[in-house]
Amino acid sequence: MIPELGHFALVAALLVALLQVALPAFGVWRRDRRLMAVASSAAQTQFLLILFAYLCLSWAFVTRDWSVAYVAANSHSDLPLAYRISAVWGAHEGSMLLWVLMLSGWAAAVSVFNRRLPPDLAATTLAVLGAVGVGFLLFILLTSNPFERSFPVPADGRDLNPLLQDPGLVIHPPMLYMGYVGFSVAFAFALAALISGRLDAAWARWTRPWTTTAWLFLTCGITLGSWWAYNELGWGGWWFWDPVENASFMPWLVGTALIHSLAVTEKRGQLKAWTVLLAILAFALSLLGTFLVRSGVLVSVHAFATDPARGVFILTFLAIVLGIAFTLYAWRAPKFVSQADFALFSREGLLLLNNVFLVVAAFAVLLGTLYPLLAEALNLGKVSVGPPYFNAVFLPLTAPLAVLVGLAAAVGWKRAKPAEVWKRVRVPAALAVVAGLALPWALGHRTLLAAIAGGMLAIWVLLTAAQEIGRRVLAKRDRVQGLLQVPRAVWGMTLAHAGLGIWVLGVSFVSLYSVEKDVRLGPGQAAELSGYAFRFDGVEGRAGPNYDADHGRVEVSRGGRVIAELEPEKRRYRASGQVMTESAVDHNALRDLYVALGEPIDKARADGDWALRLYYKPMMRLVWWGGFIMALGGLIAASDRRYRLAQARETVAVRAEALA
Amino acid sequence: MTKRQKRMAAVAALVAGLALAAVFGFTAFRKNMMYFYTPTDIVEHKVADNARLRLGGLVTVGSLKRGDGLNVEFTLADCEKSLPVRYDGILPDLFREGQGIVATGQMKDGVFVADEVLAKHDENYMPPELAKSLKTADGRHSCAPFKSVMQAAN
Repeated sequence: MIPELGHFALVAALLVALLQVALPAFGVWRRDRRLMAVASSAAQTQFLLILFAYLCLSWAFVTRDWSVAYVAANSHSDLPLAYRISAVWGAHEGSMLLWVLMLSGWAAAVSVFNRRLPPDLAATTLAVLGAVGVGFLLFILLTSNPFERSFPVPADGRDLNPLLQDPGLVIHPPMLYMGYVGFSVAFAFALAALISGRLDAAWARWTRPWTTTAWLFLTCGITLGSWWAYNELGWGGWWFWDPVENASFMPWLVGTALIHSLAVTEKRGQLKAWTVLLAILAFALSLLGTFLVRSGVLVSVHAFATDPARGVFILTFLAIVLGIAFTLYAWRAPKFVSQADFALFSREGLLLLNNVFLVVAAFAVLLGTLYPLLAEALNLGKVSVGPPYFNAVFLPLTAPLAVLVGLAAAVGWKRAKPAEVWKRVRVPAALAVVAGLALPWALGHRTLLAAIAGGMLAIWVLLTAAQEIGRRVLAKRDRVQGLLQVPRAVWGMTLAHAGLGIWVLGVSFVSLYSVEKDVRLGPGQAAELSGYAFRFDGVEGRAGPNYDADHGRVEVSRGGRVIAELEPEKRRYRASGQVMTESAVDHNALRDLYVALGEPIDKARADGDWALRLYYKPMMRLVWWGGFIMALGGLIAASDRRYRLAQARETVAVRAEALA
Repeated sequence: MTKRQKRMAAVAALVAGLALAAVFGFTAFRKNMMYFYTPTDIVEHKVADNARLRLGGLVTVGSLKRGDGLNVEFTLADCEKSLPVRYDGILPDLFREGQGIVATGQMKDGVFVADEVLAKHDENYMPPELAKSLKTADGRHSCAPFKSVMQAAN
């Protein structure tokens, strides 16, 4: 009964979504305030209905209702409760439901927080969000209904994919989706601006916190995904340039560009058309990512079962959404061309340059991701584009970006004098050069040119970020007061940039100085790696709640002193028979020691040799810390009071205008 | 320079930068593209030694031999031809005889030397590209003694 209620709620949500599109659109056309106002209540109703459907599906998982096909396919009676709840988004149908839940959640949030928007802009924005919702609800109801029953009812479920039975995976997809879907808000605002023909500083100020929030979720999601892959896939890698990773990284790159061009649009009233284009592109890439993941055209760890109907649906949806968006853009964007003077050596000029780098990077990733698909479709042979391509393209694009981040912070808006800028940046630049040269040596690594360059860039980004705060504090006579008066937006920016610096440092060192070794060891034997001795103490059988494990022990010591006792596992999940590698890591800020069990080489004997994977990874943690610090920066920036106050003030101005 | 000239110069610089990035990107792209082959392709077309490529096929039952350390040798087959493969490293969790895998590496003296072996997903999984190339025209072929290819492809 409950699954049917859920299904019914989804159908009702679709009807409400249709109303959310039609009535406000009609209201905007006829300038009818009451019809426009329907948008808000429709958005909230839609959210509640989808939330109800979502809870119904969760209920089916919690109560182990195997008559629901989706539950039976992705759960098992031995599955712990936490994983039964997270199993809701463990496969295609449920994750699409989570997707629309978040979409309607974002729309409901817009309707609650942006009550002070001009009514026609609010109505149009919500109508656009409603239209996107219609598309995805239709997709779920027509091709991927999670509530479908199956008869006869199976005796037990087939279990959740063991790859997904990990705490990292409980939060990774929702974070990622929050980000993906969040760009729909920026997209809706952009379309509303195109439709109304109004795009001013106020519009940028309304759009900014939404975009930043979506971006911070995406940042968190990508970082968590990387951390999960590192722990769970047993290869010790943290980024694989896997097509599905790329699918989340492309909207991130364009979203980052969007955040910066929105700043220019708000502060200087320029780059308006470009900002709108980026907002459309960010969402387009999110949709493309959904298509890539959901259609099964990709060979990837993430790709679920293939169903051509789904691929065709999403592709059609993508074509319609983009067709409408780009037509509107081509028609209305010329209105937004700004006449003001635009100097290249100014903050807005450098931000534009940063945008170019980010967008070029996004397209380089797009090329590498889509080319194999195109080549196959055009019968040019089966091709794959590996990490070397992405690394070769990506590095030369990231390095100038890091230089720009520091430089743009030191350059003022409008027009800057090179002499003044030089005065500001010479100290951090000199310090960065010295620190960059010293770092590999100080940490006891070989001196590599690339590591020095990476260190210099990282320190440069960190110092210039800190300098921004320093300048603001020193400008005030009362230093404490000055520190307290630094707006959150500036703190957020500083943190995000500092996060980037930390990330650059981590990436440079971990990719240049990692040592990896696959070894064959019998119990009691040891292998040496970067001055650490890894002694293998054999494996023993252990039973988990829904798996049996070979539980290994490895003692790591350095110069006779024991550093860590690592316990990697090889798990065999009973229901599906799948084997998973559970790595064990000892970490501190400077290095990770990573051990994963490979395979038993002599399967007949209990104390036989095992293949082991040993890694020494310097500064591995910094990569993830950098990501999380960036996200934290986003959070602080999005919560700046200015956005809320500005909204209030703006509304007064709009009302006054309307009265005049 | 007038304002107009300045703007033109800026645009020219931007276009030049983009062109450079594009050239760079495409060069990297061409250098790092890897084609996918089956054992038959290699045996018949004689792919040049030292070209890195991806080879997909089924691990012949009973062919896995272990050497010193982590050295392994096995043969990889499609429905017609087979090819010896050498690998030094840890085989993936789902590596089994009779199973479809994809190996990355290059040909050396008639032996495929792999530096990466992939066998992801569950036991019925087969890389789509492999499943497609194993299917014959009627789409029903399954080469015994291997797992039914049809079943894996769907």
